[in-house]
Amino acid sequence: MQDVVLALLAKEPSHGYELRARLQDALGPMGDALNAGQVYVTLSRLEKSGLVSVEHVGQAHRPDRKVYALTAEGGRRVDAWLADLTWGKPSEFHLKLVAAAAARLADPLDLVEAQRRELLRRLADVQRAVLNEPHGSAAALLLEGVTLRLEADLRWLDACARHWDRKG
Amino acid sequence: MAILRARGLRKEYGRGAGLVRAVDHVDLDVAPGETVAIVGPSGCGKSTLLHLLGGLERSTGGELHLADRRIDRMSETELARLRRHAIGFVFQAFQLVDELTARENVELPALLAGVGPREARRRAAELLERVGLADRASHLPAALSGGQRQRVAVARALIGRPLIVLADEPTGNLDSAATTEVLRLFAALRAEGQTLLLVTHESRVAATADRVITMRDGVLVGETDMAGAGGGLGAYAGLEG
Repeated sequence: MQDVVLALLAKEPSHGYELRARLQDALGPMGDALNAGQVYVTLSRLEKSGLVSVEHVGQAHRPDRKVYALTAEGGRRVDAWLADLTWGKPSEFHLKLVAAAAARLADPLDLVEAQRRELLRRLADVQRAVLNEPHGSAAALLLEGVTLRLEADLRWLDACARHWDRKG
Repeated sequence: MAILRARGLRKEYGRGAGLVRAVDHVDLDVAPGETVAIVGPSGCGKSTLLHLLGGLERSTGGELHLADRRIDRMSETELARLRRHAIGFVFQAFQLVDELTARENVELPALLAGVGPREARRRAAELLERVGLADRASHLPAALSGGQRQRVAVARALIGRPLIVLADEPTGNLDSAATTEVLRLFAALRAEGQTLLLVTHESRVAATADRVITMRDGVLVGETDMAGAGGGLGAYAGLEG
């Protein structure tokens, strides 16, 4: 969540409400569970870590609005996150592409390609293990599960490439 | 030195507004002993490319060399001879002759190439042994599982001692266990130095290659060198932390 919020801020300084709206827009029905509190808690943690700075903007007849911006260190953290090929949940990678495209930090197609290569290499490691494993062993069953998941992830990355190819 | 070398290889169908570039200026080198996988969505031209490389279809343009011989300009007779002696084919649907036993299927290309019956039988027995089917030699294809049929087809592809084996979706008709059987066989062939080019839409099959080349709309668009793989499996087991 911290990385996603930081990357969204890379486009322009925003306040919490805007960030939440952009997250919900990118996540669609999967963003329903996201409450305003989560975004604000994340922002205040990022502020404490020195990754974002806060500016109080006065509003007539209302409390000041907090506008958050990336610090230089926050920017470096975003770059590291974009280059990181750790494979987690699809929603995280999806938000990475959305944020990278919005802030023009990286070409989503390049991110997809780098991730695809990484998963293909992982699949190669798994296949080597599969070919060495006797048929019917408990480990073979586990490796089959890992194989199926990696295959599904790679198919989804192909879909990501098609989507961003049309947009770009 | 490449065994197979394509330069600007093209295959076009139709003309004018209906022109389709099924294979569009493909440059490809396959080194001896290498396993190369070509991947891409259906309709990207990968099977057509394989047919061109194996001399099963004629290219519209470009050059194709197999072990220093230019083969895209050969006569049909020369090409047929080359296919029997230098190239082994493996297809998705096995393409075994239903009326012949496993051993007879493996022998057939050798007999057609003019090898004597005794020598053909000796080589077929040796190859069936190598693909782990010595005890199925006198079975008809119908009595074999999908994985076994494809292993017979691989033995048949090898009987001419080909410079290169071309496999078109070799696991496309197989379940997961049978796919593993065939991939094990390919891994063993590779360990013996057999050059192999396979076309597949299955990432699992592609992942066993030395190089994975992506094709889209008739064009080779990217390549992943798999030699760098091998980070260990613990990281993916999700047990850390």
